[in-house]
Amino acid sequence: MGTVEAMERPNSIEVEGLVREFKKGPRAVDGIELRVEPGEIYGFLGPNGAGKSTTVLMLTTLLPPTAGTARVGGYDVVREGPKVRSVIGAALQEAALDPMLTGRDHLRLQSTLQGIPRAERKARGQELLDRVGLSEAADRKVGGYSGGMKRRLDLALALVHRPRILFLDEPTTGLDPQSRSALWEEVSRLAREDGVTVFLTTQYLEEADVLADRVGIIDHGHIVAEGTPQSLKAEIGLPSVHATPAEEGDRQRLVSALAPYGESLDGGGRDVVVRLREGLAGLPSVVRAVDNAGLTLASLEIQAPSLDDVFLAKTGRSLEGAGEEESDAAETAA
Amino acid sequence: MRIWPVASAVAWRTLKNVFTNPALLFPSMIFPLFFFTAFAGGLSQVSQIPGFDFPPGYTAFQFCFVLIQSAAFGGVFTGFGIARDFESGFARRLLLAAPNRTGIVLGYALAALVRWTVTAIVLTVVALAVGMNVFGGTVDVVGMYTLALLVNLAGLLWSSGVAMRFRTIQAGPIMQMPVFLILFFAPVYVPLGLLSGWIETVATLNPLTYVLEAVRSMLAGDEVHVASAFVIAAGLVALFSIWSLRGLRKAEAAG
Amino acid sequence: MLSQVGAVARRSIVRTARQPAAVVFPLVFPMMLLLVNSGGLEASTQLPGFPTDSFVAFALAVPFIQGALFSTMNSGTDLARDIQTGFLNRLSLTSIRGTALIAGLLAGAVVLGLAQACFYIVVGRLVGVHFASGLPGIVALLLFAALISVAFGAIGLFLALRTGSGEAIQGLFPLLFVFLFLSSMNTPRNLIGVDWFQLVATVNPVSYLIECVRSLIITGWDGQALALGFGLALGIGLLSTTIATLALKDRLVRT
Repeated sequence: MGTVEAMERPNSIEVEGLVREFKKGPRAVDGIELRVEPGEIYGFLGPNGAGKSTTVLMLTTLLPPTAGTARVGGYDVVREGPKVRSVIGAALQEAALDPMLTGRDHLRLQSTLQGIPRAERKARGQELLDRVGLSEAADRKVGGYSGGMKRRLDLALALVHRPRILFLDEPTTGLDPQSRSALWEEVSRLAREDGVTVFLTTQYLEEADVLADRVGIIDHGHIVAEGTPQSLKAEIGLPSVHATPAEEGDRQRLVSALAPYGESLDGGGRDVVVRLREGLAGLPSVVRAVDNAGLTLASLEIQAPSLDDVFLAKTGRSLEGAGEEESDAAETAA
Repeated sequence: MRIWPVASAVAWRTLKNVFTNPALLFPSMIFPLFFFTAFAGGLSQVSQIPGFDFPPGYTAFQFCFVLIQSAAFGGVFTGFGIARDFESGFARRLLLAAPNRTGIVLGYALAALVRWTVTAIVLTVVALAVGMNVFGGTVDVVGMYTLALLVNLAGLLWSSGVAMRFRTIQAGPIMQMPVFLILFFAPVYVPLGLLSGWIETVATLNPLTYVLEAVRSMLAGDEVHVASAFVIAAGLVALFSIWSLRGLRKAEAAG
Repeated sequence: MLSQVGAVARRSIVRTARQPAAVVFPLVFPMMLLLVNSGGLEASTQLPGFPTDSFVAFALAVPFIQGALFSTMNSGTDLARDIQTGFLNRLSLTSIRGTALIAGLLAGAVVLGLAQACFYIVVGRLVGVHFASGLPGIVALLLFAALISVAFGAIGLFLALRTGSGEAIQGLFPLLFVFLFLSSMNTPRNLIGVDWFQLVATVNPVSYLIECVRSLIITGWDGQALALGFGLALGIGLLSTTIATLALKDRLVRT
C-alpha cells in the first residue's frame, strides 16, 4: 500500500490531526492538518514557540507524534521512518556542523552515510559546493565560516542524496540580506527546476510572502489561516492609500477629494489615509481627483495589507511582537 | 583613599560566590582530602623503607604535604575566580567602581585566605580523627599553619597575576601547571634524604622543599631550617605581590 | 555499513588530530605523573618483596590505564558536543544504524588509544625499561590497549548519551581519578600497609587492569594477571557497549 501511494504521490506531505504533547507543559502542536502538493513551496509562518520546529521534527521522523498521522513522500512517518528519511533532506534550526571539519569533509561524510557509491562521492561533493558557492572555502574548517556560509553548507548537505522533499527550519534567521536572497534563489530554483517539494518554516513575513506558493500561519500549535499569500491578504483587506499634502492647510480639501473612493482611516498626523473600495484599480481615479482639486502632494503611498495584518486579524496579536512575548513567557515558565 | 572598604567588599562577594556554589566549594576541599587518603592509605609502607625516619608516622608525614598542597591550590582556585570575573566583565565593573584598586587584589587575597582556612580546618579535623600524631608544641603548630598561610598567599598572588594578564579562564593551565610541578618536585612521598638521581637534584633546588621540610619538622617537634623556610615563603609572597600588582596595572591599561 | 563505520571513525580521528590540546595532553600528562612518581618513589623498590628494582618499570603500566580514562572523556565530550549542536540529528537522518555509529566512534577511540600506547612504549624503552615479555608481550599490550579503549570509550559514549552535556562529563573526571588512585597504582597490593586501602584496591577493577599491563612489563607471561586483566576488560567492554547502544536508542528517538 505504501509503495503504491509513493508511486502515485511521490513528493507530497499529508498531515492529519497531528498532536505533540510534552510531559510538562501545554501541547506544542495541537491538531494540525495540512497538505503540500508535489513541487510546491509551503511556508509555515508563526512566532517563536508557535510549534513550527516541533512540527518539522515530527515530519522528519525525529520526534514521534503523540497523536495524528503524517505521510511524507507517501510513507507514514511513524511506521515507515527509514523510508521517509531516504526521500527527505533537512536543514534544521541549528546549523549542526562540526567546527573541526572542513566543508569538503562534511560532504564526504554525508555522502558516505547516505550510501552514495564511492566512485560518485567526490564529484557529487564538488557539484554541491559549486552550487552553493562554497568551492573556494571548501577546504577551510567550518569553525571559520560565516553564518551565511554555514547555512549554505547546511543546505548542500541536505541535498546530497537528491531528496524529493526538503525541510528547512528557519533557514535565513540571522543572515544578512545578501545571503538571504541567495538562499531564496536557490530554494526557488530547486522547486522550479528540480521539482523538489519544500516545507519551510519562518518567522519572517517577507520570506513567506516572496518564497512560498502557499502559506500556513501557525499560532499556539494551531493553524489559524492557510492559503496563497495573495488570497490571505485579499481575504483580510484592501490596499490603502496614504497621501500627504504639500501644504498643511490643504489637508481638509484632500480629505474631501479622497472621500468618494473609500473608507477614511486615521493616518495619525498629516497623512490622509483612505482604504480603496475598488482596490488598486481605484488608484487612477484617486490621482485624477487630487489633480482636479488643484492639490499638490508631498507624498503618495500605497500600502497593501501584509501577512502581519492577516495574523493580527486571526489572532488579535501582531506577528512581529508575538515572538518576543512567547520567549518571555517561556523564560518565566522555565 | 582607604583600602579596607574595597578589600572587604571584594572579599565578601568572592566568598559569598564560593560558599553558595557547591561546584566551586567542594573541589577545593575534596581534592586535598582525597590525596591525603590516597597517599597516607596507599603508601603507608613507605615508612618501612630503611632510612625513613619520621617519628610521628606516615599519616602525619603526608598531612604536611597535603596541607601545603591545599594552600597552594587554594590560592590558584581563587585565581580561577579572578579570571572568570575578567571574562564575564565583572572585573571591569570592579575596576571602574573601586576607588583604590590595590584593594581589589587585597580583597581576593583575603577571600583566598578565608577559603583556605575552612579547608585547613576540615583537613585537620579529619587527620586528627584518623589518629594522626602531633609531636610539636603550640608554637610549632602555629608556625606550621602560618607557613601554610604564606604559601596560600603566594599561590593566590601568582595566579592572580596570570589571571589579570590573560583575563580568560583559558589561562587556567598556566596558573595550575607551575604550581603542580613545584609541589610534586618536592619530597612528596619520602624525605629528601631518600631521594636519589635527578629528582634529588631538582628537589634540593626547589624552594618549596624547605618549606615542606620545615612544616614536617615542626609537626615532629624537631624544628629544622624553620627560619629559612619563613624567609623563602615571605620572599615568594613579596615576589608574587609585585607580579600581581604589575598584572593589575596591565589589566587597567587594557580597559 | 562498513564504509559508514569507516566514515564515522575517520571523522573522530580527524577531529581529535586537529585539536592539539586533545592530542598533547593525554600524552604528556601521564608521562609527567610517571616522571614525578618514579622519581619520588624510587626508594620504594628497597622494600622487601617489591617485585622489581626499577620503579619506572613498575609504574609504566599506569599511563596505559590513564590513557583509557582520557579516552572516556574524549569520546564522551565529543559526542555530547554533537548532541548539543544537533550534529547527531543530522547523522540520524541518514540510514546509519545505531550499532554502526557506536562502532565508528569506538573505532576512532581505538586508533587514538593505540597511538597513545605506542608513545608510552617508546618512552618506556627510551628510559631503559626492559619488557620482560619481549616483542610478543608488546603486541599483547597493544591488543589490551585497544580493548580498554573500547571499554572505556563506550562508558564515555554512554555518559554523553544520558546527560547530553559536555560539562557533566568533565565533572566526572575526578571520579575516574579516584578509581585510578585507590588501586595498586603506586604499590603492589600485597604490600599495602593500611587495611581498608588494601581492601579497596582489591575490589577495584582498575587494579587488575594495571597489574595485567605491569605483568607484561616486569614479569613476563603471568597467566593469572593476564586472565584477570583481559577478562575484566572484556567484561567491562561488553557491558559498556551494551548500555551505550541502549542509550543511543533512547536518545535517537527517530521512528
